[in-house]
Order: sequence, then C-alpha cells, then structure tokens
Amino acid sequence: MSIDIKTMNVEPKRHTFAHVARRLGSDAPASRYEEGVYDLQATTHFHYRPLWGPEHWHFDEGRTQVKMSDWYKFKDPRQYYYGTYTIARANMHQTTDRNFAFEEKREMLANIDPEWREMIVNYLIPLRHYEWGANMNACSISDTGYGTAITSAAIFTAGDRLGIAQILSRVGISLGNGTGDLLDDAKAQWMNGPAWQGMRKCVEDSLVLKDWFEALVAQFLVMDGLVYPLVYNHIDTEGQKHGAAAISILCEFMVDWSAEHNRWVDAVIKVAAKESEENQALLSSWYSQWRDETHKALQPLAAMVLGDGADSALADVKEQLDKRAGKLGLNL
Amino acid sequence: MTPPRKKKMNLKQRYALMTRGLDWETSYQKMDDVFPYDTFEGIKITDWSKWEDPFRLTMDAYWKYQGEKERKLYAVLDSFAQNNGQLGISDARYVNAIKLFLTGVTPLEYQAHRHFAHLGRHIRGAGPRVAAQMQSLDELRHAQTQIHTISHYNKYFDGFAEFPHMHDRVWYLSVPKSFFDDACTAGPFEFFTAISFAFEYVLTNLLFVPFMSGAAYNGDLATVTFGFSAQSDEARHMTLGIEVIKFMLEQHPDNLPIVQKWVDKWFWRGHKMLGLVAMMMDYMLPKRIMSWKEAWEIYFTEAGGALFEDLSRYGLRVPKYADIATEEAEHISHQNWAIFYQYTQAAGFHTWLPTDEEMAWLSEKYPNTFDKYYRPRFEMWREMEAKGERFYNNALPQLCQTCQIPMGYTEPGDPTKIGFRSTEYKGDRYHFCSDGCKDIFENEPEKFAQAWLPVHQIFQGNCGGADLGDVLKWYHMENGTDNLDYSGSPDQQQWDAWQAARKKVAG
Ligand SMILES: [Fe+2]
Ligand SMILES: [Fe+2]
Repeated sequence: MSIDIKTMNVEPKRHTFAHVARRLGSDAPASRYEEGVYDLQATTHFHYRPLWGPEHWHFDEGRTQVKMSDWYKFKDPRQYYYGTYTIARANMHQTTDRNFAFEEKREMLANIDPEWREMIVNYLIPLRHYEWGANMNACSISDTGYGTAITSAAIFTAGDRLGIAQILSRVGISLGNGTGDLLDDAKAQWMNGPAWQGMRKCVEDSLVLKDWFEALVAQFLVMDGLVYPLVYNHIDTEGQKHGAAAISILCEFMVDWSAEHNRWVDAVIKVAAKESEENQALLSSWYSQWRDETHKALQPLAAMVLGDGADSALADVKEQLDKRAGKLGLNL
Repeated sequence: MTPPRKKKMNLKQRYALMTRGLDWETSYQKMDDVFPYDTFEGIKITDWSKWEDPFRLTMDAYWKYQGEKERKLYAVLDSFAQNNGQLGISDARYVNAIKLFLTGVTPLEYQAHRHFAHLGRHIRGAGPRVAAQMQSLDELRHAQTQIHTISHYNKYFDGFAEFPHMHDRVWYLSVPKSFFDDACTAGPFEFFTAISFAFEYVLTNLLFVPFMSGAAYNGDLATVTFGFSAQSDEARHMTLGIEVIKFMLEQHPDNLPIVQKWVDKWFWRGHKMLGLVAMMMDYMLPKRIMSWKEAWEIYFTEAGGALFEDLSRYGLRVPKYADIATEEAEHISHQNWAIFYQYTQAAGFHTWLPTDEEMAWLSEKYPNTFDKYYRPRFEMWREMEAKGERFYNNALPQLCQTCQIPMGYTEPGDPTKIGFRSTEYKGDRYHFCSDGCKDIFENEPEKFAQAWLPVHQIFQGNCGGADLGDVLKWYHMENGTDNLDYSGSPDQQQWDAWQAARKKVAG
C-alpha cells in the first residue's frame, strides 16, 4: 500500500484549525501547544448562571480586575500541553528517585548534626503545608481563570505543588525512620509554632481571595518569590555547615522546578503589566501589599533558623524579588 | 537522634500522609470562607475521614504512568500522519462521526478539566480533592489528545476547522454544551453525581464503545489508540464516581432523596444527549459495531440493572423513566438521523440516506420499529432525491427547553404521535419533548428558563441574520463544503479521487 500512496496526490487542504490560523496570521503548520491550547475554552452563549455564584458565568473575564484584550497572550514559554508536561515531570522525578536511593545507600541523613536535624523538622517539613496551600491556589486559578493558556498551566502547577508536598513528606518520613512521627511534629509547628504563624496566616488569607489574578501574584510571584530563595538558598547554605548535604540533594527538584516555574510566572506578569497602565497599577499594588506582609511573616521563621543572619538573608531575598518585579514592569 | 517511635507504615497509611495529611483546619480564616460551596446543596457530610480513596496514586507515579502513555500515543499519531493514515479508513463517510466528536465532545472534556479543578479546590475533604485534581489533569489530557489526534483529519477533511467557534453557536451543539453547562453551574455534589456517577459510571460505555469501537471497525487507528490510552484514566474516573455516591449515601440518610433526584435528572439528560451517539452508531458508521438498541441492552439494561440492584441497599432506586428510555432505544437513532437529514443545510457534517444494505441491517436490528415507522420515510426521501427534489425542512424547529433537541420525539406507546409537553413559569410558556425534560424544568425553573436556545436566538436576530446564509456565516460554516449531503461534497470528491488513483496504481 505504501507504493500507491507515494504516487498519489495527498495534499492537505489546510495546515491547522481556522482559529489557530487566525492567531498565527496564516494557515501555517501549528505546534501541538498552539492547537491544544488556543481558543479551547468556550467564551459565549452560556446557558445558566452558576448556583454557586450567580454574579458571573462559570467562565467569565470578570472574575479578575485585570483586563486583557486577548487572554491567549499568556503563552507559556515552556509550551506545556499535557503530554510535554507529564513527560518533563516524569524525567525530573526520575532524578529525585535516584537522589533518594543515593541518600539511603549512604545513609547521608545520619550525617546531619542532631540540632540541625531538629531544625529541619521545624523549618523544612512544615513547608509541605505551604505547598498544599499553593496547590489550592493553583486549583483556584485553574477553576476561575480565563482562557486555556492560564487554566492549563495552572492545573499543571497544582500537580507540581502536590508533587513537591509529597517529596517533602518523603524527606520527613526518611528522617523519621520510615514513620510519620516527624510529619506530625512538623504539622504541630505549622499549626502552633510561633515561627510559622505569620506564614500560615498569609497562606490562609490568600485562600479567600476572590480575584484569581491577585492569588497568582500573591502565591506565585510574591510568596514563592520570597520563600523559595530563603529556604532553598540561604537556609540550605547554612545547612551545609551542619552536615545537611543530603537535604540539598533531596530538594534538588524544588530548585530546578522553581527556576522553570518562574519563567512562566514572569511571562504572565510581564504580559499583564504591559497590557495597560491600569493593570500595571493593580499588579504593583498587589505586589507591594503581599511583599510587605510576607516579608514580615517570614521574620520569625528566618530568625529561628538563621539567628543573626536572618535580617541580611531576608533583605537579600526581598531585594532580589524587587529587582525581578521591576524587570517585569511593576512600579515599586 | 530520636529513636523510631512506631513501626513502618503500610501503603494506605503512607498515601493518607501524602494527601489528606497535608490538609489542616484553618483558623486565621473561617473554614466556611475557605470552602464556601460545599454546603448549600444540603448534602450532609458528618465525617470526611471516612472517605475511602478510590485509587492511590502519588504525583510522581501519576507523572510516570501518564508520561509513558503520552510517549506511546504521540508515537502512533506521528506515524499515522507520516503514513497518511486517513487513507486507511473504511470510507470517508466515517469521518463525519469524528466531526461530531470534535465539535460536540472535545470542548466538554475541557469543561470537565475546569470543573474538576473547581472540585479539586472546593471540596472540604482532602481525599476527594486530590482525586478531583487528577481528574482535572486527565480531562485536559483528553481534550488535548483528541485535538492532536483529529488534527490530522482536519488537514484533509472539512467540518473540523472551526470546532470551538461552532461549539458555542451551532444549534445541535447546544445540546452537549447545555448539558455540561448545567453540570458546571450546579453545586459540587451535584456535579459529582452528574458527571462522575451518572455519566462516567452509568453511561460512559454508551459514549466510548460506539466511538472507539467504531474507530476500530472503520480503520481509524489514531482514534482507537487515543481511546485505548484514555481507558485507564476512565477506570479511575469510574471508581471515583461510585465512591462519591456511596460516600454521600453512607454519610447521612437525608442525602438519599437529594441524590435520587440528581440521579433521575442526570440519567434523563444523559439519555437525551446520547441520542446523538445513537444516531452516529446506527447511521454514520460505514462499518457497524452493533446497534444502539443492543448497546443500550448490554450497557444500561444489564450492567445498569446490576448496579442499581447493588445500590438498592442504600435505598437508591433505578432512575425515573428508565423504562421509557429503554423503549426509546428502539426509536431515538432513527428520529435523530431524520432530523439531521431534514436540516442538513445547517449541519456541520454530511448526511446521507442509508443504502439498501444498510436498511436491511436496520430492519434486522430493529424488527419492531424500523420497517414499520422509519423505512417508509427514508424510502420516500430517496424517491424524492431521485426526482431531483431532495427534501429540506426550511421551517425552524421548536426546541425542548431542557435538552434543546428539536421536538421530534414520539409519545411513549405511540410512535406515530409527536410528544409535546409544556408548563407555565412566571407568565411564560415553556415547551418540552418529554415528561422527563418537563420534570427537570419544574424542579429548577429559574435555572432552565435561562437556557440559550439556538432557535429562539435566531428569531431574535442574535445569530448573524434572518436567512440561512447569514446564520451559516455566523456559524463559520462554509455553505456547500461543511454542510449538506455527503454525495457531491468536497470530502467525497477527494475520497473518490484517492480511490481512483489507488486503483490506477494497483493496475
Ligand atoms: Fe474525559
Ligand atoms: Fe427534552
């Protein structure tokens, strides 16, 4: 059969879907990202107002104050559709599995100084709850966001945050010799430890935000933008002095993930800020408000772990984040 | 170093720590503000910890299994495209079945992605939340892999190119769209009942077997591969559906009447929407798998019967009007195909009359109804075609306010009489195709009175204009290309040219 096909004229009538062609400006072959994302969300002629919130349609631009002429400007620089996303994460996690095996074989966790080991239970393991909060915000953005470009990337992020919470849980279980005891201890810290109450309040406050874009700024830009470098950079460096090399290895996923995730977050913020002065002002005010709250909330945590070094570490992460936000077009 | 205090955990305990163990009772914000939507429906949950996880998949395992499936699927899709797989299908008429799928079903997969994200955020129990999140990811997968599978067909056949635009506008696509809009605008427990239970558990085989076996029988390797690849996702979705129903019924006796009402509603809504699949199965597949009636007997009467017998220990009974739906299984495909034949000028896929051989098959499969009620009509239309007087219905049909299908269904017990029902609400009269659809309206009139009914909208001048040409333009449907009979269509001309070229080469 292959012979006749070659000699036959099987010219395509078109190279992509019409709505994709309109976006590309011509009927050119389109990528799987473009075909899988563009215009997939219904935009009009909805039938019924939601019983759970009749002030909007279930897909409604009005669920944020940010205004865009086109919600597909939020193209994902990683070009993730489901297939490329799951394959990328499966590959990343293979390394994580190898790292856990490596640590177990060498019993590296046993090299950690006992006081620092306790510190890990107090600063690192409670982050599994922080990640769960981030997972909830990501779901919320996927639920109430507008356009597939945002909602697909958001549900991928929700999966990421659950995955990270589970890596942290594994670290806690390993440290606890295969039991969940240290997870209980860490949860007690999250619930009642004075070092964590500011952060827990920030997270809970973000969970009741009505504007999904504010949740995106609060969680992905600001809270993550301060927490990640503080924990996985400053505190991790301090841990090296206490024999905690194993922790750096086991947390490699988070470091790599965060660098990748920030590319998407930065692209979204940049595009939204560039769209209009109104957006820029809105994003900037959300940014400042959440940065101040989060910065304050992190002080007792940083002090508990870094002692005298806390202020300079926090000042550094704040400065870095301000620089980043400035580059994204926010007014500080 | 603290010595180990307890023994190592089993898998169930470990999974619980990895999921619901992450959750906490908020105190800086009220739980009711963090979870504002899971109480208004009246479903009483006294103890979320009683939730049994229907499957235990950590994210790393999810990425691994799903990533592997995606690798394999895209390898097949790539080779299908490279080898011009579209030439291997049974007949180009088959492609119309996947036009219906892409325009009618794929956008619903996307809606499912969104609303499972809603449940994944808003259900108070962390166990079901995780399951819902994975389903949100899966449903996005289904939407995107369907687009990528069908992308190749779009390059060679008409009717696919404008699928999202059409989904939001075209008259018959408002049937599936309003079905899903209805579910997504309901509360979270109704959505679970509608989609996870009624649709994914009770009725899913009636959607997937026709399309996926239809693809297999008709040489559509790409769609078959997609279907197989989605099967293990569906298995997870089904276990979630049954777990949710049992959980609600076990949690509080007051839940039973609410759940029963939802089961009745969503069974009937599903039955009406699946009428489109029935027509596809009996009329649009050049190589048939089984009749709709046979599928209904196997997947609803037998499998559904056993299921509801099992659920009777919770007090749940067989959905209301199940007997009527079973009676309609002998009629619905013929009636629907007749509607599309008459309105082919406004359909986004091609129509045709069954051949002699196909009519013989229909007579055999529908001994009680086809020869008596439907063959005469098709034969009359065939004669008209032969005389050059192909029948077009130019009067816009009245639509059922609930299911939005043109009122072409007959009375239970009398297949010669079209059924009409109506009711009054706030001074206006609303019309229905059946008692089932009327009941649904009367239970939630304020909701169903809002429906965006395509025919009303055309009359009100909201669809591009008053005549067919205007409406087609507004639909982005190209007249003479996307619509009308298969015979004489560009799809057919191209297919025939391919066949002729093949013969020539083969000598
Ligand atoms: Fe699906
Ligand atoms: Fe109806």
